[in-house]
Amino acid sequence: MTRITSLKDLQRLRDDLKAQTSARSDKANPDSIIQVKVAMATCGIASGARPVMDYMKEELEKRNIHALVTQTGCMCYCYAEPTIEVTIPGKEPVVFGFVTTKKADEIIERYIRKGETVEGIIARDYETIDSK
Amino acid sequence: MAKKQLRIALRNCGVIDPERIEEYIERDGYLALGKVLTELSPEAAIEIIKKSGLRGRGGGGFSTGLKWDITRRVKADQKYVVCNADEGDPGAFMDRSVLEGDPHSVIEAMAINGYCTGASKGLVYIRAEYPLAIERLKIAMKQASEWGFLGTNILGTGFNFEIEIRYGAGAFVCGEETALIHSMEGLRGEPTVKPPFPSESGYLEKPTNVNNVETYANVPVIINKGWEWFAGIGTEKSKGTKVFALAGKINKVGLIEVPMGTTLREVIFEIGGGLQDGATFKAVQTGGPSGGCLMEKHLDIPIDYDNLIAAGSMMGSGGMIVMDDANCMVSIAKFYLEFTVEESCGKCSPCRIGNKRLFELLEKITGGNGTPEDLDKLRNLSHVIKDTSLCGLGQTSPNPVLSTLENFYEEYREHVFDKKCRSSVCKSLMMYIIDAEKCIGCTLCARNCPVNAITGERKLAHYIDPEKCIKCGACMEKCKFGAIFIN
Ligand SMILES: Cc1cc2nc3c(=O)[nH]c(=O)nc-3n(C[C@H](O)[C@H](O)[C@H](O)COP(=O)(O)O)c2cc1C
Ligand code: SF4
Ligand code: SF4
Repeated sequence: MTRITSLKDLQRLRDDLKAQTSARSDKANPDSIIQVKVAMATCGIASGARPVMDYMKEELEKRNIHALVTQTGCMCYCYAEPTIEVTIPGKEPVVFGFVTTKKADEIIERYIRKGETVEGIIARDYETIDSK
Repeated sequence: MAKKQLRIALRNCGVIDPERIEEYIERDGYLALGKVLTELSPEAAIEIIKKSGLRGRGGGGFSTGLKWDITRRVKADQKYVVCNADEGDPGAFMDRSVLEGDPHSVIEAMAINGYCTGASKGLVYIRAEYPLAIERLKIAMKQASEWGFLGTNILGTGFNFEIEIRYGAGAFVCGEETALIHSMEGLRGEPTVKPPFPSESGYLEKPTNVNNVETYANVPVIINKGWEWFAGIGTEKSKGTKVFALAGKINKVGLIEVPMGTTLREVIFEIGGGLQDGATFKAVQTGGPSGGCLMEKHLDIPIDYDNLIAAGSMMGSGGMIVMDDANCMVSIAKFYLEFTVEESCGKCSPCRIGNKRLFELLEKITGGNGTPEDLDKLRNLSHVIKDTSLCGLGQTSPNPVLSTLENFYEEYREHVFDKKCRSSVCKSLMMYIIDAEKCIGCTLCARNCPVNAITGERKLAHYIDPEKCIKCGACMEKCKFGAIFIN
């Protein structure tokens, strides 16, 4: 734990964290890693996001795929819960809807391992504060 | 194609891990607080919020900057800032999602509010039915304290601020700010007359600035990106975006965030993907129990606070329910009134008794016993309740009735004069009838009727006794010859 005691320290920390993250998804970096985010708000959990998250963690490890699985809040596609976002270094993040453990298996084998297109992709339909 | 949505309040939802403060910091978290504490006077920071045009997202739409300024100007030894996370509208879950997905943004904004208004204490009033939001908020508060964004001498500036959580039991009226404050004081959750406004005399009779979760979530972005940026989004009098919980007969049920000024048509047919199974649009309800039902002709008005009120509805906190031909508008009005009757605190008689009478009138009409005078009574009583109730609950509760009377009068007329419900929702107005031409007397319906309402000889046409029939529909479902129909 770091106690931040000035605005300058905070800015420096932010820059460091940003650099770490962009390194993580930089294909050229040997330490880059596949990132999986699982929407785990009340709505997602109610639709079965927790077993999907556990499955992702266990299976990626079992199958020797170096990946970081984390939780997020609601991705706002309630009609398609559970939803997950997968970022392969060097590629744009992709959101998948209606993810069951079966679907998760397909995403691991076909999208993550082979880079094939997998059905169930939800196109991002919003602008962000950075793009606007 | 330009995308219709813009996520400001939801910028981090679904993006960061809400339980890891590092991810919030990475996305400029606490930078706005740092900037305000280090570089701006309270007056200058308030000026930014004022100029941004941010208005309260809890329903009222009051200027946030102005409210902060009023609280700042009142002299007192102790002041409070409150976050209203009661979220009582049926169908609304925007605030829950913000707290579950991005709790730090609310904490940061409350601290900024504290600095601006001169308060060293913040209180979050949240309903106990939101356990995950509470858990994540607690984790975030603990981290914020450890990292030095809450507590004493924040970011080395000498500013002190701490936050406590208070739990609500989920009463709708406790979302009203004076009732909320009384509930936090351990008193009955009943509203009191304003003035005095909470900004002057609130929690423990100290100046108290109450803002909504979503209102707070906008604040750090306004500081970081500047008021000009924020004021460049939206309509003349409503700036920024609004989050809506899109529900009902719509394809893409979910949370959406759109710039003010987006039309209902864009929301429903473009973002929401239109109606399920190609059903025909009939109405859209906004503003929950305080709002109203709008129709086809309203679809092209730009959504903002003033336009929705002019159309007879309200922004409310952001519930949006889409309805099709299968929804009976009289029954919809009855549904909301039932909610209001249940949730009225009972303190003042127009609301306590008036809403009950309104509900009874609607029951009478949907029950097939309505008279033409009842329609006038509905309207008159609605206006009395609106004009004489003490708090916002009673002042807005007749809106679902008034707006359906205005926009769907024909349906009320049919219920009263023709004793018909075109959507086949009001059971008392339905009659199950067997078409003697089509009935071959197979007896299947008679054997399935739970109340033995069907008589007839085998191989001869059957008959339903309307006195006995409870309108369950079992016979119609079973009949293989389509001989049973509803009149
Ligand atoms: C019956 C009733 C219920 C309300 N419920 C809520 C609520 O759940 N959340 C909320 O933020 N504001 C609610 N309000 C509005 C609050 O009284 C208050 O205006 C608001 O919290 C102020 O914050 P804002 O200016 O940021 O919107 C309610 C008002 C009434 C009359
Ligand atoms: S209007 Fe209704 S909820 Fe408000 S104080 Fe009166 S009785 Fe209570
Ligand atoms: S609707 Fe139900 S109660 Fe009425 S006749 Fe048919 S089966 Fe019997």
